[in-house]
Amino acid sequence: MDTLGQIEAKSVYILREAYREFKQLAMLWSIGKDSTVLLWLARKAFFGHVPMPLVHIDTSFKIPQMIAYRDNLARQWNLNIIYGQNKEALDNKETFPDGNVDRLTCCKKLKSEALKATISGECSRYRFDHKQDKYVKDENAEDYTGVIVGARADEEGSRSKERYFSPRDKQSDWDIGDQPPELWNQFKTDFAPGTHVRVHPLLDWTELNIWEYIKKENIPIIPLYFDQGDGRRYRSLGCAPCTGTVESTAKNVDDIIEELRGGKFSNIAERSGRSQDKEDGGGLETLRREGYM
Amino acid sequence: MKLEQMKIVIVGHVDHGKSTVIGRLLSDTGSLPEGKLQEVKDRCAKNAKPFEYAFLLDALKDEQSQGITIDSARCFFKTQKRHYIVFDAPGHIEFLKNMVTGAAHAEAALLVIDANEGIQENSKRHGYLLSFLGIKQVSVLVNKMDLVNYDKQVFESIKKEYTEFLNHINVRPDAFVPISAMEGEGIINFSEKMKWYKGKSTLDQLDTFEKEKQVDDKPFRFPVQDIYKFTEEGDDRRIIAGTIESGSISKGDDVVFLPSKKESTIKSVESFNTQTKTSASAPEAIGFTLKEQIYINPGEIMVKKNEAVPHVSSRIKVNIFWMGRAPLIKNKAYKLKIATQRMGVKLVDVLNVIDALELKTVAKKEQVDRYDVAEIILETSKPIAFDLIDQIAGTSRFVLVDNYEIAGGGIVVEGLSDAHTLLEEHVIKREQVWEKGGVGLDEKIVRNKHKPKFIVFCGEEIDQKIQAARLLERRLFENKHQVYYLGLSNVLYGLDSDRISEFEDMDEHIRRLGELARIVTDSGQIFITILSAIDDYDIEKLKILTVPNDFITVLVGENIFNTFVPDLSFDGNNNAQSIANSVYDLLEQKEIIAIEYNI
Repeated sequence: MDTLGQIEAKSVYILREAYREFKQLAMLWSIGKDSTVLLWLARKAFFGHVPMPLVHIDTSFKIPQMIAYRDNLARQWNLNIIYGQNKEALDNKETFPDGNVDRLTCCKKLKSEALKATISGECSRYRFDHKQDKYVKDENAEDYTGVIVGARADEEGSRSKERYFSPRDKQSDWDIGDQPPELWNQFKTDFAPGTHVRVHPLLDWTELNIWEYIKKENIPIIPLYFDQGDGRRYRSLGCAPCTGTVESTAKNVDDIIEELRGGKFSNIAERSGRSQDKEDGGGLETLRREGYM
Repeated sequence: MKLEQMKIVIVGHVDHGKSTVIGRLLSDTGSLPEGKLQEVKDRCAKNAKPFEYAFLLDALKDEQSQGITIDSARCFFKTQKRHYIVFDAPGHIEFLKNMVTGAAHAEAALLVIDANEGIQENSKRHGYLLSFLGIKQVSVLVNKMDLVNYDKQVFESIKKEYTEFLNHINVRPDAFVPISAMEGEGIINFSEKMKWYKGKSTLDQLDTFEKEKQVDDKPFRFPVQDIYKFTEEGDDRRIIAGTIESGSISKGDDVVFLPSKKESTIKSVESFNTQTKTSASAPEAIGFTLKEQIYINPGEIMVKKNEAVPHVSSRIKVNIFWMGRAPLIKNKAYKLKIATQRMGVKLVDVLNVIDALELKTVAKKEQVDRYDVAEIILETSKPIAFDLIDQIAGTSRFVLVDNYEIAGGGIVVEGLSDAHTLLEEHVIKREQVWEKGGVGLDEKIVRNKHKPKFIVFCGEEIDQKIQAARLLERRLFENKHQVYYLGLSNVLYGLDSDRISEFEDMDEHIRRLGELARIVTDSGQIFITILSAIDDYDIEKLKILTVPNDFITVLVGENIFNTFVPDLSFDGNNNAQSIANSVYDLLEQKEIIAIEYNI
């Protein structure tokens, strides 16, 4: 079995373990390549089905094509998708694009806080109703105690220290100095009531693995990752105001793999287009401790 | 070209230079993000700090402030041969569980020793844990050779002393490499300063590690992780899902599930977005459907009928490494997780506690303390299926959970016979000290005109079962018998309201019910209750607990037992009154009731 086969099998095992252990389980879907691979792995694990709701945090500043792509795939694969957002911050214009807060504070409000309130059910959630073909307010406000996330260890420093099953306390805080041991295939799956758990099936995957797997499985990926003719493409997706394109003429998955293997991006960090990473030294770790994905 | 991937761990005593070695490997193989090296050098210059390669790693891990490695962080680099994921394991004793986490995921290890300080406590402890965790490929880096003037004698004496230690614990190091990570000697290239050394550089040594070959000659083991049926999405397949630990299997093969011993045949191999499969082998994460539909639980191991089967026992001899803040003690319930099984478990005996540094056995202890490695005997609440460590590792490794935390990791070295269980010992002791009241049971029987009896209704037809139990109570009462029906929720929200965790619910519920039955029947009454979701082992346990009395079991619904035969069985088609009447008749036949007790 090759490397892709091995990391696929491990991710599938982790997904099944999460599904077995957590009654209130959800999976985050950011529309990006990683969480779309994660969604595909769920279909692998559950034989074509995705038996848990997919949660999308809508900052309202996402690149517009992302929302259209999300809803198309939801229809095609019959996904149970839910979105939530920090309506208060948006209404009060406490955002970076509105010029009222810095980038990291904006991330904290529109992503960390929105996510926290969405998974706990404190804020309104909207569920895609396949019959009406639109989002309707979700009456079910259950607290998701297990959340599956597509974080990879090679993305940046704080993620490299993550566990496959990572507990967060009631405030979603991450105690990075005292993480549970993980031995062989045994993860921490026993939790005191009130604990939230982040599950990370993609921890061992690299950016290159992700693209090789997309190719192998022929996973439909949002075309924003490809050069549309202007010599630029997105390497990592986020909010439009804070995510830049990179110079690249990669027009398809094969071109991207070539770029990553030996080409121009083999030594340039994937998140180099993400402005919030550069704001201060330990910025992302601070955000992650407070619940950022 | 697609390169293979290998996970390695770097271990060793605190400050012996693990982070510097990794910093060097990342930098010298050109695996750093562009500009990172300069960024860190600039930051050092700004703070008037001499640059060190270890800072590079800290910068990659956002770990600037602490100065020591806290957690096993993953780093990525590549050579001509393959991609590496390196776990930088902390050398500080306080972070041993993080070291173990890093090492348990690795395929090979580099052990770093400071040439100047020589072999230290954690050089030995980490060496021991590597062997315990099953890492077979180990190379030793003798670092900081610059501090000892690249002296061959220093290197040779560390090599000799440490080889002796490792051989004791069955670790055969592939090589010893003299290096100076700080100066970059012996990392990528052969060192000019150590011409006396004829071996490989660190990087070349890494590339000699071999990927473990998947062994197909071992018997098939498939720990059942879950059973799926997505009926609401129009999918009628009942899929047994899991990951194959060893061996291979094909459509049409006869299989046995352990510990339940249920049998069936593979009807199909299930997967998503692949070509139709007719066989599967380790280490695939896969699914199967079965020809005969049988009731099995997640946690059982599916094996091939014509191959060597795993051991099934509730007593196991194991080697364990304890990380819990609280010691591992007797008379306390822990949770055992082995392959996909989860089971309540208790410590029976501590055979040996091994001092990882001196490799000596510590005087007889009654408990296992933090960071102890020990040989102990455990007893599970029901028999489990497992293999021994030298046969199939995946179904032999386990962890123990204490109060939600993984507190210990271990390997099974021997299966013991179940002859004398903790429960039987308990009952013998209980009966020895049982205090009789002023009125004997025989007197009560005479006055009540019937014998006491414990009657258990079980099975999946819940409403019918409860109704029948109540009707039986009514009829016995009308005929002037002393009878009591105990509802399930009366126990769950009363006697059982303190239950600390889900896994030992059933076990503890059974124990309390058994003790209750012992008391109530001693009062002379006919004691009726119901049980759901039980199996052979639960009912056998209840039987042991009701000693010296016996019980009557009534099954309502589909058979849930494998070998246990209830006194009466009814399918879903009987009405409750006729079930109650049949039980009443049985009580007469067994001369519990309706017999003249006037002596």
